[in-house]
Parts: sequence; C-alpha cells; structure tokens
Amino acid sequence: MAAPRDSQGRPIVVVTGMGIVTSLGAGKADNWARLISGTSGIRAIKRFSTEGLKTKVAGTVDFVPCDPPAAAELAERLAELAAEEAIAESGLGSRGNFPGPLFLAVAPIELEWPQREALAQAAGANAGVTYDDLIRSANTGKFRNIHERFVFGSVGHHLADKFGTQGSPISLSTACASGASAIQLGLEGIRRGEIDAALCVGTDGSVNAESLIRFSLLSALSTQNEPASEASKPFSKNRDGFVMAEGAGALVLESYEHATARGAKILGVLEGCGELADSFHRTRSSPDGKPVIGCMRKALADAGITPDDVDYINAHGTSTPENDKMEAMSTAAVFGERMKTLPISSNKSMIGHTLSAAGAVEAVVTVMTLDHQRIPPTINYKVPDPTIQLDVVPNVARDAKMRHAISNSFGFGGQNVSLVFAREPA
Amino acid sequence: MAEPRRDVVITGIGIVSSLGEGLDAHWRKLEEARPGADSQTYAPCVVHPIVAIDFDKQIPKKGDQRQMEPWQRIGTYAAGLALENAGIKGNAELTSRMDMIVAAGGGERDATVDGAILTGMRSAPSKEDFINERLMSDLRPTLFLAQLSNLLAGNISIVHGVTGSSRTFMGEESSGFDAVRIALQRIQAGQSDITLVGGAHNGERKDMLMLYGAGGYTLKGGYSPVWDRAAQGGGFALGSLGAFLVLESREHAAARGATPIARLAAVLAESARRQDGQITAALDGMWERLAAANKIDEAHAAIISGASGAEPATAEERAFLGHHKALPVRATGSHIGHGPEPQFAMNIALAALALKHGRLFAPVPDPSGMEQPMNGALTQVVVTGVGHWRGEGLALVETAN
Repeated sequence: MAAPRDSQGRPIVVVTGMGIVTSLGAGKADNWARLISGTSGIRAIKRFSTEGLKTKVAGTVDFVPCDPPAAAELAERLAELAAEEAIAESGLGSRGNFPGPLFLAVAPIELEWPQREALAQAAGANAGVTYDDLIRSANTGKFRNIHERFVFGSVGHHLADKFGTQGSPISLSTACASGASAIQLGLEGIRRGEIDAALCVGTDGSVNAESLIRFSLLSALSTQNEPASEASKPFSKNRDGFVMAEGAGALVLESYEHATARGAKILGVLEGCGELADSFHRTRSSPDGKPVIGCMRKALADAGITPDDVDYINAHGTSTPENDKMEAMSTAAVFGERMKTLPISSNKSMIGHTLSAAGAVEAVVTVMTLDHQRIPPTINYKVPDPTIQLDVVPNVARDAKMRHAISNSFGFGGQNVSLVFAREPA
Repeated sequence: MAEPRRDVVITGIGIVSSLGEGLDAHWRKLEEARPGADSQTYAPCVVHPIVAIDFDKQIPKKGDQRQMEPWQRIGTYAAGLALENAGIKGNAELTSRMDMIVAAGGGERDATVDGAILTGMRSAPSKEDFINERLMSDLRPTLFLAQLSNLLAGNISIVHGVTGSSRTFMGEESSGFDAVRIALQRIQAGQSDITLVGGAHNGERKDMLMLYGAGGYTLKGGYSPVWDRAAQGGGFALGSLGAFLVLESREHAAARGATPIARLAAVLAESARRQDGQITAALDGMWERLAAANKIDEAHAAIISGASGAEPATAEERAFLGHHKALPVRATGSHIGHGPEPQFAMNIALAALALKHGRLFAPVPDPSGMEQPMNGALTQVVVTGVGHWRGEGLALVETAN
C-alpha cells in the first residue's frame, strides 16, 4: 500500500504527543481546565525586587525548582517537564531514546548578575570593577560551571542527552515566533523524508529584572499592575502592552504513516506552515500588514485549504496596541467579511506572553481546542476597541464545531510564522 | 517515493575577517601564510581582530549601522558582499523570495554600564534595587535589539531585503553546522530554491573572553598555530569574522545565468557526548557516511579543518585526521582565529575559493608537521568542524562541474 500523502504529495504530519507548562500550571489537564475557566496566571512578581520598575507583574512559573536561579536553567527545567509529558503521551521510543531530532526554541542565553558579581568578588578589585577583573577570575578555572550553563547550546544539548534525541539538536530563535519555527523545522524534516518523528519544544524562563527592563525601555510592556490578572487584555481598547511570562510547550510530530503503523493515537494534524519576513522595522510590523497577510496565505496554501475552511484563529494577540491592530487588519484582509464572525482568541490574555515558548505553547492549546471542540476565551475584554471588529470569544469559553485552525506567531526582527492544524487527516 | 535530490551549488560568497574582505584578499593572505593575530590588546588572551571596514559600502544608512552592535554590522556587511558576489544585490524579485538561515550568538554587553553596576553594587543598601535603578537609566533602549540573536537576520532583511524566510540558529559551533546542513537539505528537497546562509562573530569582546575563559578554552600567552598549542595548554584565539554563502539549486542558478563557484555535495552534523574518544568516533562515523554516498578522490582532495586549538577537541580531531593521512590539511583557525558560529560557513567559503583556484593554499609554518604542501589539482575539499564544548560537523565541497 502506498504511504498516505497530503494533497501536494508529501508525507502527512501528525501530532502524537503534547506537553505544556505555564503560569497556569503543569500539564495539559490543568492548563486546559484553567484556560477554559478563563483563569489568569499573571501575578505580582516575587522573584526579584520590582522597586523602581514601571512593570511589576508577569506570568512567572514559580512552582518549578531552579538552581542556579537563571533563565537558562529555568528554561531547561520547563522544557524537560513539557517534553516528558509529550513523549510519554506519544509512547514513542524508550526512556532516554527518542527516535528523532530535537528542535528547540529557546531565548538567547547570557550570564546574569549573580555570576558577574561572583566573578567580580573573586577578583577582589579595590577600585572600579572592569571586565579585565572578571576575565582574571574566569581564567582561574574555578568557574567552569558558568561556561557550560551559559553557552547558547547548553539547554539544547542537555535536553538531547536526557531524552536521547537523534543527531545534532537545533537551538533556534526567531524572537516571539521561535516556538512556531521549531515546529516548522520538524514539519519540514518529516516532509523531506529524512525523519519519521521530531521532538519540537519551545521554552522560556526569562522573567528577570534585566529582561523586563529591556522590554520596558522599548515601551512594550503593560504597566497596569493592579489588578495583575487584568494586565493582559488583547484586542481591548485600553490594552497597553504585553505581559512577560514563562512556560514551555512540546509536541511530538510524526509522519502519519509511522504513527498509524505503531497504532499511535493521533491528537491532531499539522497541515501546513507559512513564513514571511518583514523588512519594515526592527520592532514594528509593516503598517500595510503585507508580510503578516502573506504569511497566513502561505500557511493556508501550504496546508492546501482556503480561508473559508478555517474555523478558528489562535491569535498572536499580545495586547500591545500595535500588534493587535495589525493582526485584526491582516486577518480581515485574509478572511474578508467572515472575520466579523470567525472566532479568534488570545491565550496570552491568561498565560501572558511566553516569548520564545509562545508558538509552541499556543500550538499545544490550538490542538487541544480542536480536540475538545471548545474555544478558550480572550479574558479581560471589557472595553471593546471600535477599530477592531473581531469575535474575540470575549471572557467566556465557547463550544464550536471546528475542523481547521490557524495559530499565528509574530516577532521582533520581522519574524512571522503561521501554523495550520486540523482535527484529523483529510 | 522520494523525489531525486537536487544538486546544490554555491553562487555567492561574502567573507570578512582579520585577513581582509572578499575572496581575493583572503586568497592573497592565505598564500602568504601570515596570520593576523593580536596578542597585546586583550592579553593574556589572543584575538584575530577584524580589518578596517567601510561599512557604508554595504550598510548605506548610518541609522541602520547605529542600531547594530559590531557582530551584527560584520554579518550584515558580509551578507551584502555575498549577495553582490552572487549578482543579486538589490534584485528585489529574488531577495523577497530568498530564504535565510543565520548562525548567531548575541548579547554584546555595554562593558561600561556593567562595570559601573558591579562597582556600585558593592556599597548599595539593596543590590537588586540598585541594579534596577542603574539599568533603567543607563541602558540604551536599542541596545537590546543590538544584542538579540535573531536581529542579525532582522538587519539583513531590513538592509538587503532578504525576506522569503528568516531563521536564526544558536549554539556556538553547532549552529553553524546545522544552518548550512538545513539550508542544503531544504534546497535538495525542493523546499527552497535559493538560500542565504552564514553568520558573524565579534571576537574582540571581553564578555566572551570571560565566558570562554571560564570554561578554560581561550589561548593565553601569545600566538601559535592551532596544531602547536600543547605547550600553552591548548585553547582558541577568538576571531572577528563574517561569512555568508548563497546556496542555490543548480537549475535555479542556470536559469538566471549565474556561474557556480563550487558544489556543496553534503553536510553532516553530530552531537557526541564527549567522553574520551567520542569526538574521533563521531568524525569517523560521519566520514564513513560521506564516503559511502560520495566518491572521494584522494589524489585531488584536501581537508580544511575547523580545529580551534581547544582541547580535547583538537587532539581528538587529530586522531581522526590521522586516519586520512593521504589528504593534506589546513586549519583556518591559525589564520583567522575561531569564530564559533560562522567558522563552518567561512571554511566552506575558503574551500570553494581554493576549488575555484584549482589548488590548495600554502601551509602555515608549523613545527607539528600537520600541514604539508599539496602539489597538483584540487577537486574536492572536506571541511571539518568540532565544537569546543559540543557538536561535530563535516561538509564536502567539490568543483562546480
């Protein structure tokens, strides 16, 4: 029997395992229950002093032990949790031996203040501290652990070792589209026929003072600190920026042929992916929306479906004034008059913006949405924006009949990726 | 049925390093075998500083240049050189559908701000509050964008209009192997027709000398060729360099009348766990796969090694090279230093350059005897890469026809 192929003659790619951890909790069951009940994971930051900062809230994951307390370390812990859940659900491979490569979306890694301080103290400089002092300390050989923790490849290689993924693990960053890019790389690899399965993970644990200050200095963050749970309000007229958050999402992708041959349960189908970069500006989208419109159209074409086939949009929906306006305009351009009634909701209203993880976290939620035939709401939708004519599934979850859904991810640096999922193979 | 894989050629190269900018400058300096190392400025560390560059030539707007830290400027410049070399610079129809994969580090620090904070926090009543206060007032808002890994790709989109797709791989040397590997596989499979791939590195950075120094990987106490660093305990000299390749399916290149510089036949990457001997085993395994799928003509082949001098990686690579003694070896790290992310793309570029000249460049004067002269025609080059901490890569580059 010929292997099953999609409308373009390529191997069909399915999802056979998923894992998720966010500020709402660990695991699919807890996250789904809280997403459907419209619960916010955003709270006052306790991890570090917010004295002097304009933004004092985030969707931190505080229930996962992390030592040393560094973004790279937490990213690794969160990714482990999500990957463990996804692999267990897929039933693929054996413990420590996953039969496919790792594609990991992870934030750029850098040394943090506690490490710099330790190096400075060890240098014992009397006058002003300079990098020459830090280098002198580093060269003593007493800080070897700092190197391994803070090289960019550390999280990926550690995860590859732990789960026994095959070949060279790819760590990638396409800013806030990273999670979707990791899934895209897995999809492409299976379509090329090189691999039967892939572990695609997006993770982010970077709510620390310096990261928050960087986004704050770009005026990207909400400064509505009270009540914290209402800071993220995508598509609302009074939206005032995104809320930083942490989390991880993991998907086991597999060729349909490989999955059915081993009798695996199929959770969803990854029908297609679109990508288009924007050359307009480093942080702002092209005002005409062309790259985002093109990105969604490429995704639909790649999936072999038309705009009319789409039943739900999992929005990028960051709650920044610019993104939400641009996304509303661009979806209207792609879906036309239907956009007034086509449900589009933002998981970020509850989870916050998990940055490098967001594309993977929201892909997991999109597949759960199709599976449950129920749409998580956009919470905190109290003041409609008259310029945004969308059905954002305001405040309350809703049942709906859905076959195809699209999940959008857009990021700094002109990164745009859209994924198309279906409930079952065509 | 898998479709037959398409042939992939290199049609554009943009390189800049301590040796100069462009193909001709690199060839001249490689032939002269005069490495451009600086043992003074960052003593006891050694670096290979970038040559003076007139960035206006590839990044015309000063406003764009100001938004970039040096590693991004080096990369955006090298990308421009590659597009120019491929004859597609400013060809919006082509660049708008051109794919891009960048191997990047990132995170250049403001050393002055960091130093002032580390000094001031010693006497601050609350260290955390002090850090908040200083960062809020002293960080340039745009520094963040100059640090972000994916903003080298972002800047290439903005300055050169490459927008078909944009992916940034991270992870030191591995990111370089995988960027070229995925770019090649996508074109072979018809997922892309033309891709810009490469990366950039600024080696003149104290924050990186600190990080790599902490791991014990930096060369200290003066320059020596990579094969001759045992007395110094091994180590790499960081190099400032940028390297981009335009990869294209042979049909696509022919259709637009482009002349291939070389053929990229294969790229492999591994992740050995790095217990004793595993690097050598990984390289041997990749060689076996390479040789099984491609005929290697030992009389006309050479190895361009990405050996950095870091140990035990370089010693294990030497053991692997010992299994292929018929092939002359050149380590570019002796010339241009080690730029973890772009080194592999750079070495593929230098392999293509040697193939274009039909011969291998001269050996570096080297008491270890690792590098021997090669007489006769060169038609194939195997490029190696061994990460200082993790990751192993191998590529095969051949004459274009």
